[in-house]
Amino acid sequence: MLTCKDFLGELSDYLDETIDAELRAKLERHITECPNCWVIADTTRKTIKIYKGMESCSIPADVESRLMAALEKKIAAKQQK
Amino acid sequence: MKEAAARAGYDGKHRVQMAVSSLTGIDEAELVTQAREGETAAFSELVRRYEGKIFRLAQHVTQNREDAEDVLQETFMKAYEHLDQFKGDSKFYTWIVRIAVNQSLMKLRRRKTDKTVSLDETIDTGEDTVVREVAAWGEDPEQRFSREELGDILGSAIESLEPLYRSVFVLRDVDELSTEETAEVLGLSVPAVKSRLLRARLQLRERLTRFFKRKGDDAFAYM
Repeated sequence: MLTCKDFLGELSDYLDETIDAELRAKLERHITECPNCWVIADTTRKTIKIYKGMESCSIPADVESRLMAALEKKIAAKQQK
Repeated sequence: MKEAAARAGYDGKHRVQMAVSSLTGIDEAELVTQAREGETAAFSELVRRYEGKIFRLAQHVTQNREDAEDVLQETFMKAYEHLDQFKGDSKFYTWIVRIAVNQSLMKLRRRKTDKTVSLDETIDTGEDTVVREVAAWGEDPEQRFSREELGDILGSAIESLEPLYRSVFVLRDVDELSTEETAEVLGLSVPAVKSRLLRARLQLRERLTRFFKRKGDDAFAYM
């Protein structure tokens, strides 16, 4: 019989879907019987999702132009050696 | 070099922009090979591909825009300088992430605003995986809060994590590196990455629950 603590220990692998079918079935049985663990699994899944959804990989134009200027200086210095 | 530069459109101030249009479809390993042979434009394309991710990672780890910009520049400077030391055993991106994480942690150490910047800290078992708030979330937080408000909430939640948890969470769940790649980047074992990731996720979940819980739901102690 899986305890809540056991469930929590497997939560990351469960959400990442990196566990075998047998363990997955046990964990899923547990959350159908344990509302607290269901909420934790659901809100942790949403936590991961919301960070993925919000994150932008764009770089501010001023930061990029300073980076490029610094690199050009570095490249020019190396080429002069 | 001159031939390579001409092929890539190397032309003084315009070389970076020229590189973007001619090398966008080339795969990372090929770009690295060309860059190691001295093709500046190939290196510029690698920078263009990863600058946004490195800047975001540095912002998350340092929690400071100015430091993040320094880290961004130092990362690509070091990568350019030590390109001959990159053996190609791992992905180029993993290699520069490692440089960026090290530079970011150095910034934190210098600022001395955080005493826990070591990634090798002994894992204590228990306290961090205690779950204290088990309220279900209300409607979609993206509907409930403006993008700006949501950004502030997510930013402050991640800022409250210790650097070692922050780094693991950002690499695994934001950058989507594998557990093994994250372990390689941070110089940690796979079980250590998994343990830190679980704690980071649970701590973030708990902090976000304070904002996103359904109205009327009381939080209660658990486990």
